[in-house]
Amino acid sequence: MKKTLLAVLVALAPLCAETIVIQNATVMTVGSKGTFKGSVVVKDGKIAEVGEKVMVPQGATVIDGGGQYLIPGIIDCHSHIAGDGGINEGSVSVSSMVNIRDIINPDDIAIYRALAGGVTTANILHGSANSIGGQTLPLKMRWGKSAQEMIFAGATPGIKFALGENPKRSGNPQGGRGATTTVTARYPATRMGVEDVIREAFNDAKAYKAEWDAYDAQVARGEHPLAPRVDLKLQALKEVLENKRYVHVHCYRADEILMMIRVADDVGFKVRTFQHVLEGYKVAKEIAAHGAGASTFSDWWAYKIEAIDAIPFNATLMMKKGIVVSLNSDDAELMRHLNSEAGKAMKYGGATETEALAMVTLNPAKQLGIDKTVGSIEVGKDADLVLYDSFPLSDFAKVQKVLIDGTVYFDRDKELVAQAAKEAEKKRLIDKEKASQQRTQPVRRPNQ
Amino acid sequence: MKKLLLSAFLVWCASALAEVPSTVAIRNAKIVTVSGPVIAKGTVIVRGGLIEAVGENVPVPADAWVVDGEGMTVYPGLIDGLSTVGIAGAAPAAAAAGGGGRGGRGTTATPATPATPAAQAAPAERSWGPEDRPQTTSWLLAADEISAGDRRVETVRGAGFTTAVTFPTRGIFGGQGSIIDLVSGEKAAEMILVPAAGQYIAFGRGGGFGGGGGGGFPSSLMGIISYVRQIYLDADHYRLVKEAYAKNPNGMQRPEYDRALEGVLASKRILLPANRLVEIDRMLRFGAELKQPMILYGARDAYLPEAADLLKKANATVLLSLRWPTAPARSPDAEDTDTLRVLEERDKAPTAPAVLQKAGVRFALYSDGQDAPRDFQRAVKKAIDNGLSREDALRALTLSPAEIYGVADRVGSIERGKIANLVLTKGDIFENGTTVVMVFVDGKKYTPAETTAPGGRGAATDDPGNPGGNR
Repeated sequence: MKKTLLAVLVALAPLCAETIVIQNATVMTVGSKGTFKGSVVVKDGKIAEVGEKVMVPQGATVIDGGGQYLIPGIIDCHSHIAGDGGINEGSVSVSSMVNIRDIINPDDIAIYRALAGGVTTANILHGSANSIGGQTLPLKMRWGKSAQEMIFAGATPGIKFALGENPKRSGNPQGGRGATTTVTARYPATRMGVEDVIREAFNDAKAYKAEWDAYDAQVARGEHPLAPRVDLKLQALKEVLENKRYVHVHCYRADEILMMIRVADDVGFKVRTFQHVLEGYKVAKEIAAHGAGASTFSDWWAYKIEAIDAIPFNATLMMKKGIVVSLNSDDAELMRHLNSEAGKAMKYGGATETEALAMVTLNPAKQLGIDKTVGSIEVGKDADLVLYDSFPLSDFAKVQKVLIDGTVYFDRDKELVAQAAKEAEKKRLIDKEKASQQRTQPVRRPNQ
Repeated sequence: MKKLLLSAFLVWCASALAEVPSTVAIRNAKIVTVSGPVIAKGTVIVRGGLIEAVGENVPVPADAWVVDGEGMTVYPGLIDGLSTVGIAGAAPAAAAAGGGGRGGRGTTATPATPATPAAQAAPAERSWGPEDRPQTTSWLLAADEISAGDRRVETVRGAGFTTAVTFPTRGIFGGQGSIIDLVSGEKAAEMILVPAAGQYIAFGRGGGFGGGGGGGFPSSLMGIISYVRQIYLDADHYRLVKEAYAKNPNGMQRPEYDRALEGVLASKRILLPANRLVEIDRMLRFGAELKQPMILYGARDAYLPEAADLLKKANATVLLSLRWPTAPARSPDAEDTDTLRVLEERDKAPTAPAVLQKAGVRFALYSDGQDAPRDFQRAVKKAIDNGLSREDALRALTLSPAEIYGVADRVGSIERGKIANLVLTKGDIFENGTTVVMVFVDGKKYTPAETTAPGGRGAATDDPGNPGGNR
């Protein structure tokens, strides 16, 4: 029994990157080649050839995609999976000193489930308890690998900001109303306060940057001054000012989206994406003019007051104003069917198939600055591919295989076989434990 | 009244101890030296608290008080590499590795592990950031906190421990541990072997939306990690500024005294918690980043070949907890079961010592609060039943911890010139049911409580030279 299990597990382990040809599939490239029926050749983890007719290299593994659909790996621009020990450092209003990179948990089963839902890359964000939250980064869903091996190499790291109810309520037990009467109350308790906290933090960051710039200049002149103190909180904001770190802003209401644009313009940085941004359709022109992306929900709202004035047309309306729009999950369950979330953009607002699919592939890649390597099926990009049994923007589509960097990380057929073996092994261990407990514990007689 | 009696009794004990004959000869015993071959039948001479001689044919000095070791085995005193013994008020199980909250999204349930005092102790004031030095008492030295009257000293001695590395364990930076010999005396100072043995770091506090119960920063694992990182950045900077000021204070603002950083700078190594594989990986990287000599403690997942590989490649030093994971209490017909991963962990965790031994990782075992004689014996036996040889088990509780803490020149084996810390047993020390007959610490003889006469006052009648020294 044990041997069988081992064999199954070995078979299940991600295959090494090899030459793979996926044939006869409907390929939705979300790229220059549009949608066509043909093949994709994968070599050394990259997409080597895309076309209706391709040469099958010698020794290549051929996957028959007859009747199936191949799309670029899904990218989730807003996820909180794969973290250990909390994703909110909610004790302070500015928690830019903390970093998701430090707490990646590669064992989180949500990674595998997301993978099985076609997700190959996810932007792992700090929570929204803080006006300025923690440092963030995208991961590839390389299930079975270590934390370091999951990190999306070369991607620009980010930082989470949050506006509105969450940052003003967190740490304020009375929900922001008269909250200053408790000793543990945290500033701010109002939307005004949130703006103030962000401005103040950047005032400090600018002073910090000036101090370091002066030091760097002295060093460049060959002097040996004493280095200033490294402040991890301000260091992250210094990187924002230097365009080395993307700002992802959690927001809902139109007025605070405009506030954030004003603050960013005053301070001198760009908002990379507005997240949730449920009232984005009201201020789409302004968001487009700022150059920010928008990552929203398809049809999820009304879970709190500030999320009330939302419409399912938000994504397509913003898209039509020239904003790069993505649909995100913010949730481990929703993350498993982002394909059907994208499909809703076709119903609400009439996005084309490609436009809808782009909202969970190429557009989030652009928002995360990783579209040079992922997001569409183009020669030279990473072979992050998802094979569906039917039209992928449908609720009924099932993921068959998921490749990351040309390696098969999820295979439905193998998974189904492995599950039975895992259940058997589980039963064996439970029985073993029970037996040993019976051995060590004396039998209790009824009359004792 | 009770207290008065007790202290009067302790004083009486201590004065009695002073009368211990300074020379002891243990004859005709099997001697497991650990550093050298086992002597099937030999003699150990103890004089002035040190081992004067050991061997097959060692003459017994005329002034020696003689112990007939026929049928007995002499071992070096055991060393608990991570303990809180001697520190009054510390929970016995305090050293459990709090690997950082497991309550994060999508994580599975934790096997029963005891709560750390860090998790229980609410800080006095809310902290608003690293500058407030939250949950930090890095300047504490266990040696200054030792209470000679801690009754746990006697208990753990009964398990065969003669030495412990005992730590203040509250908060994130608990303080520096001290290596102590487990003598029962009047003054704590008599116990101290090495006052400063390293800084204890724990990640006790879990996460929570909005900062939890108002305890302030840090409230999440990532907050704790960033705090520890900031402390070491600050310590580096503080040291440089202090050096510059010492060189030429004229015209320079004086650096503000920071006891938290002083404590960190004074520590010659750090102890970091790591139980799961991901934590082992994380902490190996973190320790390298901090550039501090480091000991990982806990190491529950060290049974995984990947974990052993990582530890070996990093040339890591590990303190492996003897608190094996156990199934949580459930009603027999409960529907819920643990995940395969958790089941495997419980099944395989006790193989960790054997796996580390085979991989050539430098490690020692520590009691993790399982230091009462029966618990301890059972825990070590489990490791032996899961592939660790008796010799390796003994080494992992004697010479190995001594080497890890740099005191192998004084304790950890039966060698001439070393401190006379010895355990005499009938039967193998780790076999269930074996009794510890006598323990020598610093050459002072103790008889474990279980073997004393009923009534508990028990001066052992065969020991005229040491009345009352048997507490």
